[in-house]
Amino acid sequence: MTSVLFRRIAVAARACFLALPLLGVILIASPARAFVEGVETFDLDNGMQVVVIPDRRAPVVTHMVWYRVGAADEPIGQAGIAHFLEHLLFKGTKNNPDGAFSKYIASVGGQENAFTSSDYTAYFQRVAKEHLGDMMRFEADRMANLILTEAVVDPERDVVIEERKSRTDNNPGAQMSEALSAALWFEHPYGRPVIGWMNEIENLTLEHAISFYDRYYTPNNAILIVAGDVTTDEVRRLAEETYGKVERRAETPPRMRAEEPVHRTHRMVRLQSPLVTQASMMRTYVVPSYTTAHNNGAGWEGEALDLFAELAIRGSTSALYQKLVVEEKIAVSIGGYYRGSALDDTELAIFATPAPDVSLGELEAAIDRELAAFLDSEIAEEDLARVKRSVLAGAIYAQDSQQTLARVFGIALTTGGTVERVLAWPDRVRAVTAEQILEVGRKYLLKTRSATGYLVPPTPPRS
Amino acid sequence: MTDVSPLRAGHARWIAAWFGFFVLAIAALPRPALAIDIQRFTTPGGVHVWLVEEATVPLITVNFAWRGGAAQDDAARPGIANLLSAMLDEGAGDLESRAYQKRMEALAMRMSFDAGRDAFFGEFRTLVETRDEAFEMLRLALNEPLFEADALERMREQILTGIRDNETNPRNIMARTFSTVVFGDHPYGRAVEGTAESVAAITADDLRGYVARVFARDNLTISVVGDIDQATLTPLIDAVFGGLPASADLAAVPDIAVPAEPFVHSTELNVPQTTIQFARPGLMRDDPDFIPAFVLNHILGGGAFSSRLYEEVREKRGLAYGVYSYLYPLDHAALFVGGLATRAERADEAIAIVREEVRRMAQEGPTEEELAGAKAFLKGSYALRFDTGNKISGQLLMVQMEKLGHEYFTNRNDLIEAVTIEDVRRAAERLLGDGEVFIVTVGQPVDGSDG
Repeated sequence: MTSVLFRRIAVAARACFLALPLLGVILIASPARAFVEGVETFDLDNGMQVVVIPDRRAPVVTHMVWYRVGAADEPIGQAGIAHFLEHLLFKGTKNNPDGAFSKYIASVGGQENAFTSSDYTAYFQRVAKEHLGDMMRFEADRMANLILTEAVVDPERDVVIEERKSRTDNNPGAQMSEALSAALWFEHPYGRPVIGWMNEIENLTLEHAISFYDRYYTPNNAILIVAGDVTTDEVRRLAEETYGKVERRAETPPRMRAEEPVHRTHRMVRLQSPLVTQASMMRTYVVPSYTTAHNNGAGWEGEALDLFAELAIRGSTSALYQKLVVEEKIAVSIGGYYRGSALDDTELAIFATPAPDVSLGELEAAIDRELAAFLDSEIAEEDLARVKRSVLAGAIYAQDSQQTLARVFGIALTTGGTVERVLAWPDRVRAVTAEQILEVGRKYLLKTRSATGYLVPPTPPRS
Repeated sequence: MTDVSPLRAGHARWIAAWFGFFVLAIAALPRPALAIDIQRFTTPGGVHVWLVEEATVPLITVNFAWRGGAAQDDAARPGIANLLSAMLDEGAGDLESRAYQKRMEALAMRMSFDAGRDAFFGEFRTLVETRDEAFEMLRLALNEPLFEADALERMREQILTGIRDNETNPRNIMARTFSTVVFGDHPYGRAVEGTAESVAAITADDLRGYVARVFARDNLTISVVGDIDQATLTPLIDAVFGGLPASADLAAVPDIAVPAEPFVHSTELNVPQTTIQFARPGLMRDDPDFIPAFVLNHILGGGAFSSRLYEEVREKRGLAYGVYSYLYPLDHAALFVGGLATRAERADEAIAIVREEVRRMAQEGPTEEELAGAKAFLKGSYALRFDTGNKISGQLLMVQMEKLGHEYFTNRNDLIEAVTIEDVRRAAERLLGDGEVFIVTVGQPVDGSDG
C-alpha cells in the first residue's frame, strides 16, 4: 500500500498519504536552523510560480514541475487520462524526440520520475547541481511541444493496463477500496480511481491526451520547485531563460468540481472473493481538508483533525488501538489516516482487522462504540502535549530530505495552500485545543457522512 | 525509496539485506566533490563505530546490524527473528508495552527493526534535544526487553494475520515459492516471516535464546550520522551496546549452489495477470568480476528507464509496467534474478523475449556505447545516495558489512570507470554462461518452454 513514486506511477492519493501521513503540511520547527528558513517564492511574467528551498549539504538538486491538474479534473468518461498523459510525456517533443530527455538524464547519472494524484501531476529529476539549467530547458520544452503518435500511444496504453492489473485487478483489497471511494462520493470525482476504470482506460486515445495537455499544461497552471544547493538568484535567472520563454498556452478554468449533496445514508460495500483469505474492514468519512476548512473560515479544523487522528486512530498509542487491540482483543490491528491536503473536502479513514473469532459486524460495532466514547471523554493535557510533540517533530525529520520538502510544498500549492500557510503549520498545530479536537470529531465523524467496506473470505472466517 | 523493483513489495524482507547493498553498489563518485569525513573508532566498551558529523539538521541517525538474521532461526520454528523484530518496542525495563510506546512518542524518537536473511537490522533516530533519553530507550529495548505474554500474543496474531492475508497475494506466493524452489531445505528456503504453524509455536524463550546467541559485539556493525561528536557519542554507544557478550554464538550456515539447469515452475492462481521471475546463479559480492557484472546487469535490466529488457518488454510491446533484473549476493549463495508481470495471455511471449535478451547478452555482451552510457549513469548518480543523513548512515552500514573499506567511498567511481569492454564480456560469460534461466510463475498456467 505504500508504493509512492515508482516509474511513472499513478499515486493513488490514498496510498500516498498512508506513506507520508503528514506530508501535506510539515515544516520548520526550529528557527535557529537555517536551511528551511530560506524558502522563497516568486512568479514569472507568464504566471508560473517558483519556489526555492535551499539545502547546501550535498551538491545536488531536486527539480520538480507540478501542474494544478489531476484525476479529479478529468472529463466525464475519460477516467485515467491525467495519469495516461503523464506516461506519454516521456515520449518526446519536436526538439527532443524519442525520449531524448530521459536519455540525457541517464547520461548524467540523474534520477527521474513522475506521479499523478486526484489534484496534481508532477514531474521531477534529481541531478548534480550543474545540470539544473539543462533540466529546466528540457522540462520547459515538454510543457509546450509534446509530439505523440499512435506508435507510442498504443503500447503505452497497454503498459497502463498492466499497471492497473498489478495494482487492482490482482488484488481484492484494492478492489474493495476502489468501490468504497465510489460509494463515499456521490458526485465528486474523488470517487474515481486515479489510474482510471479499466473500460475507460481501454478507450483513451491520442486525441484525448493532446486535448487534456493543451488545456492544462501551460506555465500559468504550473509550479516550479527547486530544492538543493542553489540560490534564488540562480534559479530566477535559469527559470526566466527557460520556463519564462514558454507562452501561456491556455487560460485554465477555475477548478470547480461537482459538489457533494447532503449525505443522509451510511453506505456499505462488501467484497467476497476466493482471493480473500483474511477478513478486514475500512471506514471512510467525508471531512474538511486544510483548504476547505480555511475557506470556510475555520482553518483550525484541519489541524484539529490531524490531532484527532493521532489521538484516536493512528498508531499503537491511539485510543482505539489501546482499547480494541490491547485491552479487549477484538481487533488484531487498527489504524487510520486523515488526508488533509486536498483541494476539496477529503477523507478520514479507519481500517481494522478482526481477531480470529470476531465478525466484521462485531468489530464495526466496537469501533463505533469506542469512537463515541472517545468523543464523550476528555482529552488529558498530558496526552495532547505528547501527541503534539510527536506531530511537530515530523517537521524536523522532514528537513533531512530535500525531496520531502519539495513534495510538501508541491502538494500544498496544488491543493489550494500557500507557502505562508505551510510555514505557519506548526503554529496552528500548537494552537489547537482539546475542545477543538472533540468538536471536529463530533461534527464530522457522523455515520451518515461515511462508508464502510468489508473484505470477506469465501467461507466464514475460521474460528 | 526510488528504484524499488516491483518485486520488493512482496519480497521486502527476503531481499532487505540485498537492497541495502544494491543502493551502495549503484553508487559511484561523480567527481571527488563528495567529501565524506568518516570518523572510525572503537569505544572503551569494545564497540566499533563509523560516525559522520552533520549538524545542519538537529537529528541523529544510528543504523546497526548483527550478522545472523533469519538464517539463525531454529529450523523447526522459522519466523523467530521476524517476530523478535516486532517485539523489541513492546516493553522493556520497567516500562510495559503501553508505557514504553507512549514514552517513545513523547520523545518523538523513531526505532524500527527488520529481520533480513543474513542480518538483523535496527534503525534509530532522535532529535538532539532529547538525545540522552532516547538512547536510554534504545538501551532498554536491546538489553532488557520484556517479551510479556500479552504483547507476544498480540504481535504473533498480527504476523499470523499477515501470513493469512498473503496466502493469495501473487507477489508473496512468488517470494515463498521462489525461495523454496531455489534453496529447498537450506535456511534460505524458509520464509523469513515463518509459517502459520511455526509462528504459532514460537515462545518468549525462543526470542530470548535468539537475542542471547545473536546480539553480540563481534558480529555487530554500527553507523551514526548527525548532530553529535565522538566524545558525546562514545558513552551513549557503550551504554547501549557495550554490555553485550563479546562473541555471538551463530549456527553454521552452509553455502548452497543455485540451480544451473533451466526449468519452469508454475503455481496456479486465478488472477488476470501472471507474475514471472527468471533466475540463474550469480556472483558473490567478493568476486573480482562483481563490479563488471554489476555494470553488465545495469545494461540488461538494472537501468530504471534505459535497460534492454525495459526497451523490449515495456517500451516496444507494452507487455509490463515494470521489468527488471539484479544481482543478489547473499552470504552463502549468489543469484542473478529478474522479473515482470504481464497479462496471462501474453505470458509466454514475455518469457520468450526475456530468454532471447538474456541469451543475446550472454553471447554478444553489450556494445561500447551501452558500456559508456552505463558507466556515466553509475558514476553520476552516486551523489544522490548521500543527500540525507538517513541515506548516508545506511551507506556507511552496508560498506562496513560488505567489508569494502572506508576508502570505498572515494574509490568507487574509479572502479566503475576502470571497467573495460573485455571486462563486461568476461562478466557476461561468467554471469550469464549459456544464457539459460529458470522460470518461476504465479498465475494462470504457462507453457514457458522454448517455443
